[in-house]
Amino acid sequence: MEAVVVNALSKTYGQGATRAVDNVSFAVSKGELFGLIGPDGAGKTSIFRMLTTVLLPDGGSAAVDGLDIVKDYKEIRNRVGYMPGKFSLYPDLSIEENLNFFATVFNTTVEENYDLIKDIYVQIEPFKKRRAGKLSGGMKQKLALCCALIHKPSVLFLDEPTTGVDPVSRKEFWEMLRRLKEQNITIVVSTPYMDEATLCDRIALIQNGKILSIDTPANVVASYPDTLYALRSEPMFALLQAVEHYPHTRNSYAFGEYMHASFTDGVGEDEVKNYLREQGIAAVEMKKTTPTIEDCFINKLKN
Amino acid sequence: MKQFLTFVRKEFAHVLRDRKTLLILFGMPVVQILIFGFALTSEVKNSRVLIVDNANDAASQQLLTKIEASQYFEVDRSVMSPLQMEAAFREGEIKMAIVFPANFNEDLLHQNQAHVQIVTDASDPNTATSLTNYVSSIIQDYQASLNQTLSVPLRILPETRFIYNPQLKGVYNYVPGVMALVLMLVCVMMTAVSIVREKETGTMEVLLVSPFKPVLVILSKAVPYLILSLVNVGTILLMSIFVLDLPVAGNLLLLLAESTLFIITCLTLGIFISIKTSSQQVAMLISLMGMLLPTMLFSGFMFPIENMPVPLQIISNIVPSKWYYLIVKAVMIKGLGFSAIWKETLILAGMTLFLFVISLKNFKIRLA
Repeated sequence: MEAVVVNALSKTYGQGATRAVDNVSFAVSKGELFGLIGPDGAGKTSIFRMLTTVLLPDGGSAAVDGLDIVKDYKEIRNRVGYMPGKFSLYPDLSIEENLNFFATVFNTTVEENYDLIKDIYVQIEPFKKRRAGKLSGGMKQKLALCCALIHKPSVLFLDEPTTGVDPVSRKEFWEMLRRLKEQNITIVVSTPYMDEATLCDRIALIQNGKILSIDTPANVVASYPDTLYALRSEPMFALLQAVEHYPHTRNSYAFGEYMHASFTDGVGEDEVKNYLREQGIAAVEMKKTTPTIEDCFINKLKN
Repeated sequence: MKQFLTFVRKEFAHVLRDRKTLLILFGMPVVQILIFGFALTSEVKNSRVLIVDNANDAASQQLLTKIEASQYFEVDRSVMSPLQMEAAFREGEIKMAIVFPANFNEDLLHQNQAHVQIVTDASDPNTATSLTNYVSSIIQDYQASLNQTLSVPLRILPETRFIYNPQLKGVYNYVPGVMALVLMLVCVMMTAVSIVREKETGTMEVLLVSPFKPVLVILSKAVPYLILSLVNVGTILLMSIFVLDLPVAGNLLLLLAESTLFIITCLTLGIFISIKTSSQQVAMLISLMGMLLPTMLFSGFMFPIENMPVPLQIISNIVPSKWYYLIVKAVMIKGLGFSAIWKETLILAGMTLFLFVISLKNFKIRLA
């Protein structure tokens, strides 16, 4: 059975002026870790809010756990766990008090589902008397995850849980999600970080309210149509300019300390290097590279 | 029930951990009582006093010199007829008039006692009492200095008369008024920010995606403020009894019960504001501007409602503090029982029910 089914969901703001979510459809299987990947303003939060029943859709339908998000909103609210993008716990309550409060709101106790949050909670337990407002970004997110998990939800919605969190805490956070998946909890997570996409079972690339593609991260990468090259030279700017103006270039953009580029069929390393030499750029480091999710995303955007 | 208690405990934590709010909550009533009780009744200096000296003899002149020497008065010695004097009062030119009878000195020497009339404009009761007290003590002082050398004591009898407000109602007026004002402000303002704060910080979004019931949120927000406001009522009553010497004439329990009702009215009003607004600032502004002014203007505590134009009198009926003010005056000062205030009680109860129902109806179960 599918845990989440989204069917042609739409949401507009300002009397239809802005189409935040445009005809979006996808399905998430039970126990799956599903990622919505897209930049800020892509419509991720609107989708989350509709699925968690706090926002009414303007078109289409969706079901969570087989329950309609409009008609059965009360029952859905009992079952799902939701962590909004903005830190949304009580800053003047301590870690312990926040957790107990949310446990009681969901008619349960911390003890009852302690094993579910144990791995996460032990990391913040030494600070349990500290007020939530005084926690670091990573600890806040861990606490928020505990609060969202405390009632053993069947589906967990995490809206950008790692935004504003340091790289180490981000990594830890994703490890926690993988462990939760083993407990057969369906997780829908959104992130603007492309590197996190590979950690999901399946991902939906989303931009301007539209879904560009849905697949496993491996398939997304494999479906990259061209050979991708990484190039480097000094000065970098001249190289970027030259490649951009090369008539056979399909895609070119800066990527870390390298630049990534793909070319029309039949154009290989030699042709490019010859062209660059003509342009007066001789010392070029050029190698084939495996596309990342980000490369795929950029490629989808251009086409 | 457990859920409700947890909600209440959380609300208490919000209130008690916010030092600034607590300071306002408990500081405001004390400050207001003191301001209205003392600051506004402090020394009255340089009040214009009219002297009508029909005697113009040795004794009256000596007494007048003493009065003139006082910094409290600015003496005007022009001779006026009683009619002119009344006009001067009406125009607000003078605050007080001291009238000596024609044979002041003779009466004093031969009958051993003489009268002097002190007329005061009591539309401002605090000033009026102060002025009268100053003059009386000057007269007593003069009398004592005369009696030092005499075997038979002479007596000057001041006859004081307050015009415009013979019962000096204002002294009593302000305690019920301050009670209405403080409760209204504290209750409405504090609850007005309580729900909108959850919307602003985003906790409302998390709460919405949970099985909570709106009625639970509304009630749990109200409980801590109800208890804290009752503490405030206690403070005000204690201060009025022990600091201002104004005891509760009627039934104390009835007064507390009526105060509880009024607090609940204000809390539901605050919650309604909180539900309808989207930022704490707006909620704060609405409750301050929207509550402070009408309470001052229309509860009858600063300006008598009977003197207002009819449209304003009608508007005053929707101000809850007006009814509470009437109730407190009746119970606390006049010592009346429930039979005298059942109508006002009913109106307040009706307002509360109405506000509660529309709050519940307007509670958004989704984000706007």
